[in-house]
Amino acid sequence: MTPLALLGVISSAIFSGTSLLYTTLGEIVGERSGIVNLGLEGVLLVSAASGFAASAVSGNPYVGVLVAMLAGGLMNLVLGYLVVTRKANQLASGLALMFFGFGLSAWIGRAYVGAKIVGLPRLSLPGLSNLPILYGSLLSFDPLIYLVLPTAVLVWWVLFRTRWGLSLRAVGEAPDTAFAAGRNPGRIRYRALLVGGLLAGVGAAHLSIAYAMNWTEYMTAGRGFIAIALVIFSKWHPLRAIVGALLFSGAVAFQLLLQSSGIQVSPFLLNTVPYLLTLLVLIGWGGRRKYAAPASLGRVYQGTE
Amino acid sequence: MAEPTDRRAPAGPRRILNGGLRYAAMAALAFVLFGVILRLAGKDPLQAYRDIFTSTLGSAYGISEVFVTMTPLLLTALAVALPSRLGLINVGGEGQLYMGALLATWAALRFSHLPSWLLLPMMIVLGMIGGGLWAVPAGYLRAKGIVNETITTLLLNVVAPSIVAFFVFGFWHSPMDTNKTPNFVPAARLPTLFGTRVDLSLVIGVGLLALFWFVMTRTRWGLEMRSIGGNPWASRRNGIPVQRYIVGVMVVAGGLAGLAGMAQVSGYYGVLLANFSRGLGYMGFLVSWLAGGSPLGILVTSFVVAVILTGGNLLQLTRDVPYSVINILLAMTLFVVLARPRFQRRRKTA
Amino acid sequence: MNAVSSGVPPTGDGPLLRVRGLTKHFPGVLANDSISFDVFPGEVHALLGENGAGKSTLVKCIYGYYRRDAGEILIDGFAADLRTPQEARRRRIGMVFQNLTLIPALTVVENVALFLPDLPIVMDLPAIAGELEALGDRYHLRVDPWAHVQDLSIGQQQKAELLKLLLGQARILILDEPTRVLAPHEVEGLFQVLAHLAADGLAVIFITHKLNEVLQGADRITVLRQGRVAGRLSRAEATEDKLLRLMFERDFSSLSIDRPATGASADRPILELRGVATEAHGATIALRQIDLKIHPGEIVGVAGVSGNGQRELGDVILGDLACARGSKWLYGKNVTHAAVGEMRRDGVGFIPEDPLTMAVVPMLSVLENIAVTRTDRYALEGGLRMDWRAVRLDAEDAMQQLGFSFSLAGPARSLSGGNLQRMVIVRELSHDPQLIIASYITRGLDAQSARAAQRALLQARARGAAVLLISEDLEEIFLLSDRLVVLYGGRIVGRFRPEETGAVAVGRLMTGSQGENGRAD
Repeated sequence: MTPLALLGVISSAIFSGTSLLYTTLGEIVGERSGIVNLGLEGVLLVSAASGFAASAVSGNPYVGVLVAMLAGGLMNLVLGYLVVTRKANQLASGLALMFFGFGLSAWIGRAYVGAKIVGLPRLSLPGLSNLPILYGSLLSFDPLIYLVLPTAVLVWWVLFRTRWGLSLRAVGEAPDTAFAAGRNPGRIRYRALLVGGLLAGVGAAHLSIAYAMNWTEYMTAGRGFIAIALVIFSKWHPLRAIVGALLFSGAVAFQLLLQSSGIQVSPFLLNTVPYLLTLLVLIGWGGRRKYAAPASLGRVYQGTE
Repeated sequence: MAEPTDRRAPAGPRRILNGGLRYAAMAALAFVLFGVILRLAGKDPLQAYRDIFTSTLGSAYGISEVFVTMTPLLLTALAVALPSRLGLINVGGEGQLYMGALLATWAALRFSHLPSWLLLPMMIVLGMIGGGLWAVPAGYLRAKGIVNETITTLLLNVVAPSIVAFFVFGFWHSPMDTNKTPNFVPAARLPTLFGTRVDLSLVIGVGLLALFWFVMTRTRWGLEMRSIGGNPWASRRNGIPVQRYIVGVMVVAGGLAGLAGMAQVSGYYGVLLANFSRGLGYMGFLVSWLAGGSPLGILVTSFVVAVILTGGNLLQLTRDVPYSVINILLAMTLFVVLARPRFQRRRKTA
Repeated sequence: MNAVSSGVPPTGDGPLLRVRGLTKHFPGVLANDSISFDVFPGEVHALLGENGAGKSTLVKCIYGYYRRDAGEILIDGFAADLRTPQEARRRRIGMVFQNLTLIPALTVVENVALFLPDLPIVMDLPAIAGELEALGDRYHLRVDPWAHVQDLSIGQQQKAELLKLLLGQARILILDEPTRVLAPHEVEGLFQVLAHLAADGLAVIFITHKLNEVLQGADRITVLRQGRVAGRLSRAEATEDKLLRLMFERDFSSLSIDRPATGASADRPILELRGVATEAHGATIALRQIDLKIHPGEIVGVAGVSGNGQRELGDVILGDLACARGSKWLYGKNVTHAAVGEMRRDGVGFIPEDPLTMAVVPMLSVLENIAVTRTDRYALEGGLRMDWRAVRLDAEDAMQQLGFSFSLAGPARSLSGGNLQRMVIVRELSHDPQLIIASYITRGLDAQSARAAQRALLQARARGAAVLLISEDLEEIFLLSDRLVVLYGGRIVGRFRPEETGAVAVGRLMTGSQGENGRAD
């Protein structure tokens, strides 16, 4: 296994993990306020489609990213309306949103299947331009990739060091107590969902504008659900999510690595590793650490909220 | 555990009328919203709706197609409704469906030389076993209080298609296409009815719905299950073996979804296609939720949803709108129901 | 009983809190009957009384949690119409409930910060932590501000809760049974803290039923009994005896009830517990070394303050709680690990303390609720059908014998609280149980329903059933029991015959003042 191959794996993991990480960060924010979005897959699809379409139409990838963010935010607000204002069942609302996303994204994207866009530019880290071309190309990343780590840190900082983050976490743990402390749980949840949607939009944008640079129906291929599993796996913590995202997206890249060493492992089986890992982790928590999940979120899964 | 979902009050004719009117109003609202979207796309909504209804309900072929679409929904909805009576949330229909299809396909390919009357029952049983086994972890972990079944089933939902893909692309793919198995032999196909594409699984599904109704309302086990759903802590002290029921019910539910999967590959497709299900399991969840878990409601709701989906199929053929767009109408209907608008002063819901 | 004059106020100022004639009704019961008492700044004031005496209701009225029906509350001499807890907090009253209001997943600092009115957008948690530590040092309330609340022991959580109140500048502190969840060494620490708080000029009120705490930690004591003030003492004047008499003294000799001898033989017990012990899970208490025999045709009363293992005792006999040690025998058969269903089929009935959550399925019909504990008895054709006719007949039979009447049709949730209790009693008795566990069955019932329930138990006893009567009403226990035991801290600390003892002696054991006393097995 050459250093080139190893680098290839890492580079691939970073590329595919970035959109996953953005999405996961967004979902962490939403779930920390007590709302789980089963429709994340649909949100991603709509954002990816609209972002791609906007890029194609405007010729400017940054416009596409912006539009994708807005689309994600709007989709999440729909969920917010149903769950917060109308007090609808979170799981059913999320699934309805997912189907909505299937349909809406197909409709938005239909005119752009096979279109070519100007993707985001790839920049190498300064000082690496002297490397041979192959290495260089593996280590040139687009701006969104460079921004993902700072974003994760920012999300962490906001959640744990600001008043807004404290209120959000309090709402996600004990909305009644937060209310007694003068917070408005409904408004906080709306805001959390909005931020979550914006972040998910960035993640989707990265997928369609920077990584794959095309649009096909169902192109997110389950990333929404991977993100939901990753949120659990990283215990709702933004910094742990970084490691988890690398791990989860590294699985496929890992398969290529094994292949180059002569070991054949089916990519499909490797695909299942993130989920099985998450399940094992949950079993390992053994129910005692039930309070790793934000308390009112746990009640959603129990069906009592 | 979950509250019984939006249970309609026991029927008196006035209540049924009220409920019916309300649902009609909600459906109308959904259609209006979708019509707006169609108009935005430059299509004529009224023409589109007329097309949907004439193509589905206006012809024998149309109605038969509706039944074809309805069949898997019946079973996957039942796979959600049964555990919901205990207060369990089974979103794992998707995965259980895939695993049922997997095992049934194995039998179809392995025993393709057997006569139909041996092969089909074997496939049915294997389909149910596949789905049932897939639900065991969820049931067991929930019964022991380790992991919530919602999460377990969600996670396994994504694992199942990958396993199926592994087999399809790997050992089982047909010589021509890598993403599906060779076509099933005629002995492995569920018989169709009256020359339409409707297969036997519709009859099985309706029969199971009736069985579900009977068990829940008349038998001893139905009483105990409803007791668990109504108050699990009391049921424990009342001597009901709650843990055993949780695992058992999840297994049965998984078996039902597995049966749906078997019916899809044996009846509808005649071949196992990787990713053959685009959310059938989830749609079953929504159908059951809309119907409040009641057998009659599931029958009606799956029919209505099937009309929408089938009509969408034809919309695609006639109006160059991708099939997936019909999901928007489906979602609109769901949104309207979820948002619970008040059309009239209504007495309390569940 | 004569009220003893109140002690000299410690600081010489007027009372910080003055309650005059506070009265509070609940449906069917007069919880507080014209209660008056004063609390001065700088004193630790104990509200003493057994369960149901009205202590908790009283302080909840003061805190604005309940609306009082009559009476006035004066803070610093000014009338305070406290309608909500928020208002009470604004008047600088802080209350530590038995269920703490801290958010478990957050740290102590975060919990405190959440309630600070002037928290900056970018939080300076270390500064708040510093303030907490300073306060902690001042009052000996040392808690690690950076610890997550869920990782703290309950004693420390309590301290955190106190700190939260103190940072909100409370001047009157009320603690509702603070020592219930504390280990013995933590109790001492708590009283040191309370003393420091009082020394700083706060008024501290704590509720308890434990005499030793009162004698240890209180400056003045107000004793409540059955909703009224039974007496006021200063610590100097208080002795264990005096307090016990104020709390419990009652003349039971005038009570009588028809309790014919049933020929209960002492050598064939229906139920026997040998050395049974259970595990404590989180909030519950562990039973230790329970040896108990119950014979046919007798009622064994279990006296004790609730929370000392009553629920656990009922659950372990029923089979819902596992025996960690020891063995359980029913008709001489070892049932230590039997499931609840098996126990019920063997003739054990259970009337729990809270029928709505522990026995009834509100969604089902009344008839279904009656059948659901013995589906085996009413199943036909292997379970394919239920014999509803038989259910109805059994139920109507029992209802007639008991003199109850409520509708059998319709959902259970349409029944009133009293009727729910009656329904559970009908259900349990209609299946001819041989052993009945009756847990607080008259709690919350009006007098008529309570008498009917008691009559039902006596009828069962007359038919040869054995009854374990768990109750917090001493009068009821003395009235109905053939024998009685006292439960304290998960152990049986006393065994008596009612005619050989009195309320004070039993009360002594209930409040943990003495060890094992008197044996009558």
